[in-house]
Amino acid sequence: MSKVLDMVPSILMMVAPILIAAMGGLVSERSGVVNIALEGLMGIGAFTAATVHVLLEPATGLSVWIALVAAAGAGLAASSVHALASVTLNADQVISGTGINLLATGGTVFLSEIIFHQERTEPFELGMMPGPGGIYPTAWIAVVVLLVVGYALYRRPWGFRLRACGEHPEAAASAGIDVRRTRWIAVLVSGALAGLAGACLVLTETIQYTSYTVNGAGFIALAAVSFGRWTPAGVAGASLLFGTAVALSIYMVNIAGLRALPPEFFSILPYLITLVTLVVFSGRDYAPAAAGRPYEKGGS
Amino acid sequence: MRRDAPKALSMGGRSALDAFIGSNGALSILVVLLGFACGTAIILAVGRDPAGMYLALLQTLTGYNAASGVWNPRYVGEWITDSMPLILCGMSMGFAARAGLFNIGAEGQYIAGLTAAQFVALYFPPIAGLHWALALIAGALAAAFGGGLVGWLRARYSVSQVVATIMLNYVAFFLSRYLTRLIPDANTYRTPFFPATAVLPHAFLDGLTNHSRLSIGIFVVLACVAAYWLVLERTKLGFELRATGLNRDAARYAGIGVDRAFTVSMAIAGAFAGVAGAIVALGSFPYGRILSGYDNYGFNGIAVALVGNSRAGGTLVAGLLFGMLSSAQPLMQSRQIPKEITWIISGLVVVFVSLRAAFGRLVEWRAKVAASKEPQSAAARSSDE
Repeated sequence: MSKVLDMVPSILMMVAPILIAAMGGLVSERSGVVNIALEGLMGIGAFTAATVHVLLEPATGLSVWIALVAAAGAGLAASSVHALASVTLNADQVISGTGINLLATGGTVFLSEIIFHQERTEPFELGMMPGPGGIYPTAWIAVVVLLVVGYALYRRPWGFRLRACGEHPEAAASAGIDVRRTRWIAVLVSGALAGLAGACLVLTETIQYTSYTVNGAGFIALAAVSFGRWTPAGVAGASLLFGTAVALSIYMVNIAGLRALPPEFFSILPYLITLVTLVVFSGRDYAPAAAGRPYEKGGS
Repeated sequence: MRRDAPKALSMGGRSALDAFIGSNGALSILVVLLGFACGTAIILAVGRDPAGMYLALLQTLTGYNAASGVWNPRYVGEWITDSMPLILCGMSMGFAARAGLFNIGAEGQYIAGLTAAQFVALYFPPIAGLHWALALIAGALAAAFGGGLVGWLRARYSVSQVVATIMLNYVAFFLSRYLTRLIPDANTYRTPFFPATAVLPHAFLDGLTNHSRLSIGIFVVLACVAAYWLVLERTKLGFELRATGLNRDAARYAGIGVDRAFTVSMAIAGAFAGVAGAIVALGSFPYGRILSGYDNYGFNGIAVALVGNSRAGGTLVAGLLFGMLSSAQPLMQSRQIPKEITWIISGLVVVFVSLRAAFGRLVEWRAKVAASKEPQSAAARSSDE
C-alpha cells in the first residue's frame, strides 16, 4: 500500500498537464468551438518551454517560470490560427484543428533542427523542482487553473455569455453578445492553457522536447472533456482518472499485484473508458448544443 | 464541401475569378501552391536555399540527380511506394466524407489492417500466390470491422465519430503492440521473418525501378481507386451514400437507410485503410513490426482526401503529391533542408483547405454585390454584409 502512496506525486505529475489542457478544451467547447488541436498546441508549448529553459538555464534561476509563461504565449499565438480560421472565416473546426496538429509536429521539430541542429531540443540540466511532499508545483498550477476556470464559467457574467454562445449562438447574439469575439477569446484561452500544459509536461516528466513528448496527452485531455460531460468538476475528475491510468501504465512494474497485467492495459484505459461512457450515456446529450457549428451572422 | 459549386453556377454572368474560386479542383491547386509558397518562404527565413527542396523533389519525381547528373529510377519506385498507403488512406477519409462523416480513424484502421496482415503472414500455411492475397484480405476485413464499429456507434448511439475514431486509434495502437508481442520469438520491436509466400511479389517492377521497394501492391491500389469510383459514382449504394452526405434529412425522407449508410460507408472506408496497412506490412518489411509510434499515413491521408476533394482521381493525384513530399525527405536532409518542412507544408495545406468556407463566402458576397448593382433599390438592403 505504501508503494501506492509513494506514487501519488508521480500521479499528480501526470495528471497536471492533462487537467490544464482539458480545462482549455472545456472553455473552447463551451463557447461552441471544438478544439482537437489541443495535442498540437501542447507540443508547441512543450517545445517552447524546453527551448526557453535550456537557453536561459545558465543565466537565471527563474528560467523555469519564464519558460511556463513563454509556452502559454506560444500556445495562445498558435491558437489564433484556429480562431481566425474557425471563428472569423467559418472554417470546418475539425479540419483546421487537424491542420494545426500536423503543423505543430512539423514546426517544432523543424525549429529544433534550426536552433539545435538535431531532431530534438538540447536536454536541460534540471527541470522543475518538486516542492514539499515531492509534489511538483504543476499540481498547484492545475488546481488554480481549475478553480479560476470554474469560477469564470459559472460565477461570472463572462462565463454565462460564453456558455450561451456554445448552446445557442443566435439567441446569444440577439441578447447583445458578440459571439465571434467571445469565441475568439475562448479559443485563445484554450491555446494558452494547452501551451502551459505542454510546458508543465516537458519540465516535469522529461528533460528535452522530442516529437514523442506529448504522445497523446492532448487527445486524452480531449477525451476528459467528453467523459467529464463538459463541466469543470467532471473534467477534473476525468483528468484525475486518466492521469492515474497513464501513471500506472508506466509505474505498474513496481506494484506486485499489477505486474501480471500487460503494460498496454493501463495505456488503453483512458480511451476505452471514454468510448464506453459515450455509448452508455448516449441517450442524454451533454455536449454544448452548438459545439462544432460555425456561427453565421444574421442567418445570411 | 460541394455546397459552394452550385451557388457559383446559379449566378448570371460570372467572371473568370468567380469561376476560379467556385471550382473545387482549381481551389485545390491554389491551396497546394500556397502551401509550397509558404514552405519556400520559411526555408528562406531560416537562411537555407529553397533550391535544395525543389531539386530533391525533382529527383524524387524523375530519378534524376541534378547535382551529379546521375539518373536512377529507384527513386521513382520509392516515391510510388510511399504514395500507395497515402492514396489508400486518402480514400478511407474520402469515402466517409462523401457520406458526410469525418474519419480521423484511418490511422487506427491502418494499424488494424497491418496487424491482421502480419498475423496471417506468420500463421497461415505458406501457399504460393494465395498467402499474401489472404493476408491483404484479412487486413481489409479487420479494418472494415473497426471502421464499421464507429459507423454503427454513430448510427445507433449517435456517438461523435470524431471522438470515437481518435479513441479507437489509440486502442488499435496499444492492442496491436500487445497482440504482436505475444508472438513467440518476437523481441521488443519485431517478429520473426515472414515466409517468402507472404511477401508482396515485385515481379517485373524490380527491373523497371532498379530494385526499389515497389511491389505489385501498386496494382491493388489502382484496383481500389477503380472500385472507389465505381461504387460511389455508378452504384445504387454509392448514390445513397452520396445523398446521405449531401443532405441527411432529405436522404431519410427519400427512404434511404441513413443509419445503414453510416455503418457501410465507415466499414468500406476502414477497408481502404486496412489494405494500406497490409501493403506496408507485406511490401516494405520482411518481418512483422511491433509499432513504437504511429506511421502517420492515416493522418496524412486526411490532407490527401481534402486536396483530392474526396474524388477517386483527385485522391490518386493528391496521394502521389504527398507521397512525393514524404519520399523526398532524406534527399532534402542531405541538401541541408530540414525534412520536417514537408510536414509543415502538409499542415499548411490542411489549414488552407479548411478555409474553403471562407472562399464560399467570397463567392456569395460577390454574387450579392453583382445582384445589387442591377436593381438600384436592392443596393441598400444588401449592403449590410
